[in-house]
Amino acid sequence: YCLSGHPTLPCNVLKFKSTTIMLDCGLDMTSTLNFLPLPLVQSPRLSNLPGWSLKDGNAFLDKELKECSGHVFVDSVPEFCLPEVRLRRANNLSTVDVILISNYALYDALPIHTRHTGFTAQCMPRNHRPDRLLPSPLKDAVEVSTWRRCYTMQEVNSALSKIQLVGYSQKIELFGAVQVTPLSSGYALGSSNWIIQSHYEKVSYVSGSSLLTTHPQPMDQASLKNSDVLVLTGLTQIPTANPDGMVGEFCSNLALTVRNGGNVLVPCYPSGVIYDLLECLYQYIDSAGLSSVPLYFISPVANSSLEFSQIFAEWLCHNKQSKVYLPEPPFPHAELIQTNKLKHYPSIHGDFSNDFRQPCVVFTGHPSLRFGDVVHFMELWGKSSLNTVIFTEPDFSYLEALAPYQPLAMKCIYCPIDTRLNFIQVSKLLKEVQPLHVVCPEQYTQPPPAQSHRMDLMIDCQPPAMSYRRAEVLALPFKRRYEKIEIMPELADSLVPMEIKPGISLATVSAVLHTKDNKHLLQPPPRPAQPTSGKKRKRVSDDVPDCKVLKPLLSGSIPVEQFVQTLEKHGFSDIKVEDTAKGHIVLLQEAETLIQIEEDSTHIICDNDEMLRVRLRDLVLKFLQKF
Amino acid sequence: MDPECAQLLPALCAVLVDPRQPVADDTCLEKLLDWFKTVTEGDIFFPVGSLNLTPCKKKVWELLGEERSSRGTPGAVPLVTPGLGRPHRVQCRAAAGAPLPGGAAVPCAESPGPEFWGPLLLTPPGRNLRSPGKLLPVSSGAVDTIFSLQGDSSLFVASAASQLLVHVLALSMQGGAEGQPCLPGGDWPACAQRIMDHVEESLCSAATPKVTQALNVLTTTFGRCQSPWTEALWVRLSPRVACLLERDPIPAAHSFVDLLLCVARSPVFSSSDGSLWETVVRALSCLGPTHMGPLALGILKLEHCPQALRTQAFQVLLQPLACVLKATVQAPGPPGLLDGTADDATTVDTLLASKSSCAGLLCRTLAHLEELQPLPQRPSPWPQASLLGATVTVLRLCDGSAAPASSVGGHLCGTLAGCVRVQRAALDFLGTLSQGTGPQELVTQALAVLLECLESPGSSPTVLKKAFQATLRWLLSSPKTPGCSDLGPLIPQFLRELFPVLQKRLCHPCWEVRDSALEFLTQLSRHWGGQADFRCALLASEVPELALQLLQDPESYVRASAVTAMGQLSSQGLHAPTSPEHAEARQSLFPELLHILSVDSEGFPRRAVMQVFTEWLRDGHADAARDMEQFVATVLQVASRDLDWEVRAQGLELALVFLGQTLGPPRTHCPYAVALPEVAPAQPLTEALRALCHVGLFDFAFCALFDCDRPVAQKSCDLLLFLRDKIASYSSLREARGGPNTASAEATLPRWRAGEQAQPPGDQEPEAVLAMLRSLDLEGLRSTLAESSDHVEKSPQSLLQDMLATGGFLQGDEADCY
Repeated sequence: YCLSGHPTLPCNVLKFKSTTIMLDCGLDMTSTLNFLPLPLVQSPRLSNLPGWSLKDGNAFLDKELKECSGHVFVDSVPEFCLPEVRLRRANNLSTVDVILISNYALYDALPIHTRHTGFTAQCMPRNHRPDRLLPSPLKDAVEVSTWRRCYTMQEVNSALSKIQLVGYSQKIELFGAVQVTPLSSGYALGSSNWIIQSHYEKVSYVSGSSLLTTHPQPMDQASLKNSDVLVLTGLTQIPTANPDGMVGEFCSNLALTVRNGGNVLVPCYPSGVIYDLLECLYQYIDSAGLSSVPLYFISPVANSSLEFSQIFAEWLCHNKQSKVYLPEPPFPHAELIQTNKLKHYPSIHGDFSNDFRQPCVVFTGHPSLRFGDVVHFMELWGKSSLNTVIFTEPDFSYLEALAPYQPLAMKCIYCPIDTRLNFIQVSKLLKEVQPLHVVCPEQYTQPPPAQSHRMDLMIDCQPPAMSYRRAEVLALPFKRRYEKIEIMPELADSLVPMEIKPGISLATVSAVLHTKDNKHLLQPPPRPAQPTSGKKRKRVSDDVPDCKVLKPLLSGSIPVEQFVQTLEKHGFSDIKVEDTAKGHIVLLQEAETLIQIEEDSTHIICDNDEMLRVRLRDLVLKFLQKF
Repeated sequence: MDPECAQLLPALCAVLVDPRQPVADDTCLEKLLDWFKTVTEGDIFFPVGSLNLTPCKKKVWELLGEERSSRGTPGAVPLVTPGLGRPHRVQCRAAAGAPLPGGAAVPCAESPGPEFWGPLLLTPPGRNLRSPGKLLPVSSGAVDTIFSLQGDSSLFVASAASQLLVHVLALSMQGGAEGQPCLPGGDWPACAQRIMDHVEESLCSAATPKVTQALNVLTTTFGRCQSPWTEALWVRLSPRVACLLERDPIPAAHSFVDLLLCVARSPVFSSSDGSLWETVVRALSCLGPTHMGPLALGILKLEHCPQALRTQAFQVLLQPLACVLKATVQAPGPPGLLDGTADDATTVDTLLASKSSCAGLLCRTLAHLEELQPLPQRPSPWPQASLLGATVTVLRLCDGSAAPASSVGGHLCGTLAGCVRVQRAALDFLGTLSQGTGPQELVTQALAVLLECLESPGSSPTVLKKAFQATLRWLLSSPKTPGCSDLGPLIPQFLRELFPVLQKRLCHPCWEVRDSALEFLTQLSRHWGGQADFRCALLASEVPELALQLLQDPESYVRASAVTAMGQLSSQGLHAPTSPEHAEARQSLFPELLHILSVDSEGFPRRAVMQVFTEWLRDGHADAARDMEQFVATVLQVASRDLDWEVRAQGLELALVFLGQTLGPPRTHCPYAVALPEVAPAQPLTEALRALCHVGLFDFAFCALFDCDRPVAQKSCDLLLFLRDKIASYSSLREARGGPNTASAEATLPRWRAGEQAQPPGDQEPEAVLAMLRSLDLEGLRSTLAESSDHVEKSPQSLLQDMLATGGFLQGDEADCY
C-alpha cells in the first residue's frame, strides 16, 4: 500500500503473513513553500505584503493569501501534505503492528500515525478553501484539501516514547510470524535498510542508501541477496549532480564570499550532510586562509547533534570507529569547537547575539526557508550582494524557497549534495544482489520529465521493476507455499520412514499441531486413557482426543493385466477392460460390478454385495504397498 | 675494447674451457655474451680477431646448456637474435627434449651445435656470414624447434623464436653460392621453402594463435627486409592472407592490420601494387570498428596511396563521430562529415553495445584524429567545422546537455553521461583543433563549450586540467585583429567570463584543481602579460589576490605552482591591482618568496622559488635589479643551506646568470653560429670579480664542487670552467702565479670540501680565488663526474674480474684442501 507520492519521503504499508508493517513515514513538506515565512521577529516587509484578490475583485481570501513579487502565498502557519488517508480507510489499515524507520528524515510523520489508535480520526478533509479558486501554483499543488497543521510537542514526545531502538543486524521477531532485521544503508548515522523475512520468503526494503565513503557505516549489500522482492525507494533526487563536485562548489563559493567580506548562509538540517560539510571545511578553511572566519551552527538540537555524532561508534565508518577506541573524537568538528572556530547555539537569542561577528558562515534551518532561524538571516542579509545563501539540501526547489524574499540582492548558489544511490549505482547493486523482483515508485521507471531523453536516469533491470504510485495497492509477486513446522524429538523418534522412491521416504505422523505466536509445533498425541478397571464406562466426550485405529496408507500402482489374471484365478469370468482418460475400468459383467482404476484412486462399485466388495478390495490391496 | 679487458680475456677463456673450473652463474655468462656482441659490433679499433674468441664463445654456449641440463628444469639460454640490438632470453624447455640451439646439453644428431648457432647468432647485423647457405640446417630439426617455440607459453620466447625465424629466412634468401640473392621467380632455397610452407600452413589454420604467429613472422619480415625477394614472398602469400578476410570472425585482426600496414610502408612495394590495395580496401569494409580505425589511420599516414583508398579510410575514421552527429543534430549540419558515412551498422552497434565499447571507440577515434591533424599528409580539405561540431557534441553528451534527435542519440546520452574518459579524449582533440584555421564562430563555439566545462561543478579534476589546457591552446591561437596589438573583440569578453570561473577554481577544495588553475594562469600571463585587454581583465578580478593566498596552501605542489604563477605575474606587474587600496598587496614579493625558500618543508616550492629568482635575475625584475648583488648574495646564502640538491643546482643556474651579467654571456659552442663580438663587461674585471666574491658566489660554487650530489658538482664544475675561460680571455689581468697570497683560499679549501662556507662570505681576495681556480684540475674533475657512480661495477673489466675471481677463489679452496 503506497501512502506517499514522494519517492524520497516514502510511506508504505506491507502486509506480510499476519503482520501489517509500515515502512517509513516521511512527511512531505514541499507544501510549506506555498506559505509565507514565519519570522522570528516582526517583519514589516512581510506584514505589508498586499492581499490577493480574484480578478473580479472578490477579496474574500485577501486576509489569508498574500502576493509577493508575482507569487501568491498563504499567510498562516505552514501546513503539510499528509500521507494518503483514503487508502488506509479503504483497506482497514487502521492498525499497524510496527513502523520501521530507515533514517532521520523519514519519521517526521510519526506523531501523526501514533497520536491516535486509529488513523481515521485525523483525516477529516477541510473544505473551507475552494481549490478551484486558488491561484497557481497553489491550485496545482498536490491535494491541497488534505494539508494539515503539524503536530504538537506533546504529540512528538508521545511518538518518541514509542520508539524502540535496534542495532544493525539485530533480528527482531514480529509475533513469531516474521523476522525483521535492520542493515546499514550507508546514508546517514543510524540509517538502515530492512529485511523482512519468514522461513521461506524474504522481502528487502532499501530506502535512502549510499555507496559513497562518507561518515556512516558502509552499506551492507551482501545481506540483501536472495530476496524474493526488493522494494527500492529513496534514491538521489539530483541524479546528475556529483556530490564531490557539489562540495567543491560549496567550498569555492563560500571562500569567495567570505574573502570579500560577505556572510554565507547555509540552510540545512541539523544532521546528515552537515557533518560532512563541517569535516570538509575543517580541512579547507586553513588552505583557503579562512581560519579566522567563525562558523555558527544554530539549531535547537545543534548541541546534541554534534555531541551524539561523536559517541555512536557502531554507526560510523571504520576509520571513525577506530578513532573512537583510541579514544579520539571521530568527527573533526570537535576540534573546530575546541578552537572556537565552530560555535553552536540553540537559537539566535541569547549568547549568539553577544558572540556574533561578521563575516561568518551560518548553518541553520529550515531548508525550506519558511520557518526556523534561517528566516531571520534571510531578512537580515538578503539586501546585500556581498552575502551568499548556499543551498545544499535537495528537498526543496531553491527558486521557490527564495520566492517570498524577492527582490533579493544576496547571491544564491545551488549545490545540492545528495549522497543517496544514483541509477548507475542501483544498476550495479541490483546485479550484485539479484532479487527476483524489484518494486519501486513509478518515478523511477521513467526518465525525469525535464530530461525525457536521459534513459540512463531510470531503473533498468530484468525482469522490469514493478512500479507503484500514491494511493495504489500492489500485490507482491510471490505466493506463500510453505510453512515451517517443528516436530518434538520424541515424536520424531517414533517415525518409521519408508522409502517409496529412491531418495524419498515417507512416514505417517499422528500428532497434535500446536500453534502459538505463529509458531507451529507437532507434539505426540496424548495416549488414550487406560480403562480404569472397566467398572464404569467414561463418557465418549471425556476421551481427549479420541484416537481411532489408523489405517495404513497405500502406495503404488495396479498393473491391469496382472490384476485381470488374478481375478480370473479367483474365479471371476467374463471380464472386460476399458481404457479411460484417467485409467481403466474393469467390468465384471457377470457380477455386475465395476472397478475403476485411476492414478490416485480405485473405486469398486457393486450393488449391495459387501462380501464381494471386500473380496475385490483385498485383491486390489495385494498390488499396493502399505505403510 | 680497453687494454685491461684484453689482458683479462685470455685468462678467462682458459678458465671457461677448463672442464675442471666451476663457472659463474648464467647471468654472468649472458653479460659476457652481451659484451662479446658489443665488441664484435662496434669495436673497430681493437683487433678482436687476434684474440681468437671462438673457443670462448663456444664454451659459453656449452656452459649455458649444461647448466640448464644439470638443473633438470627449464633453464635460460639466451638466443641472441642478430639485428635486434639486444639479446632475447629464450626459455627452452629441456625436459621436453626439444633440440636446442645450444645443442650441447641435449645432443641430437640433426641439431646444429654451437659451431653453427654460435657464429650465426653472434653475427652482427649487416655482417652476414660468408656462406650462410652452407650453414643453414635445411633438413634439420632445428627449424622445427623454432616453429614449436613460436607457440611457447612465454611471450618473450615466442617473440624471439618468430624473430629468429625471420632472420633464418632472410639469411637463406641471401642465396646459395657466394651470396647471390634469389630471383623472385626462381626456386626458393630449401630452408626458405620450409619456412614459407610453415607460414602458409599456419595462415590456413583454424587456430587463431597459429595465424597470429604467421602474421607476426610476415610483419617482421616485411618490416626488416627490403630486398626484392620480399615482393615475391608477398605475391606468393597474399592470397592466403586475403583469405583471412573471408572468415567470420576474422582471426588475429590486430596482427592482420599490422601486416597490411607494414607491407604498405615497405619501399619494395610500389603504390600501384593492386593486390595489396585490394586487400586493404576489403579489410576496411570487413574489419570491426576496433581494428578499422588503426588501419585507416595507418593508410592516411602513408605517403603514397591511391586517393580513393585515402578517401575511404578517412570516411572510416570519421564514422563514429558522424554517427554521434547524426544521432544528435536536429537540422542538417555542415556538409562533409555526414556525407555517406553515418550508415555503418557495425559502428552504430559498437556505440550502442555497452558503455565500455562506446567509450573505447570514441576515445580511439578522437586519438586517431588528434594524431592525424598536425600531419602534412592529412586529408584535404580537412573538415574542421564538422570535427569541431562533433567534438562539442561529444562533450555535451558527456555532460548530459545534448539534445538527442533519435533513439540512438537518446541511448548515447545515457551511455556517455558522466564518462570522464571520453571527456578527456574529446578535450584533448578539441585543443588540437585549435591549430586549424576556421571562422570566428568556431572559436566562439569552442570557447563556449570549454567555459561550460570549466564552470560545471560536475567536472572532475582531470577533466578540468584538460579543459584548462584546451582553453589555453584556443586562446593562444585565436585570431587577432591584423596589425593590432589587442586581442580582438571576442577574447576580452571571454576573459571577463573566464576569470570568475578561474577564481572559483583557485578556491576549489581539491588541490589538483587549484594546481591546474595556477598552471593555466601562469601560462596565460606568460603569453599575454603584455596585452592590455588581458591585464585589464586580470586586474579587475580577484585572481592575483587568490594566487598570492595560495602561497600558503597546505599542498606543496600547489604552493610550487603558486610561486611560479606569482613570479610570472610579478614579472609583468600583475601581482596586484594598481589602485591605492591594494598598495599593501603591491609590495615586493621578494621577502615572501625568500621566506618560502628559507622555511618551506617541501622541496617543490623551494625549487619553484629558485626558478622564479633565476628568471627575475635574467629578465631584470625590479626586485632583482634594485640591488642585484644583495639579491644574489641573499638567495645564494639561503640556497647553499638547502638540503634539496635541485635547489642547490638551481642556485648554480642563478649564479651562472649573474656571472653572465657581470662578465658577459657564455660563448656559444656551436661551430655554425655567427660569432658575435665580445661584449665588454659592464665594469672592470677586478671589480667584477670582487662583486662575485662579495655575493659569495665563489663560496657557493666551490662548496657545490664537492657536493655529494653529482649533478650539483657537475654544474658547479661547468660554472667554474666557464668562469676560468672567461677570465683567461682578459689578458689585462695579471698572472696570479706567485703574486697574490693564495693562502687564505687554500685554507678555505678543506672547509669547502666539508661543505662549509667561508665566514663571512666575500672574504676571499679575487686574485687568490683565481689562483685556486687555475690550480684545480677542473677538466679532470668534470670527466670523473661524468661517470656514473656505479660505472666501475658495470664495466666489462669488472665482469671479467668477477668471473675470474670466482674461479680463482675456488681454486684457492682446492689448494687449501690439498
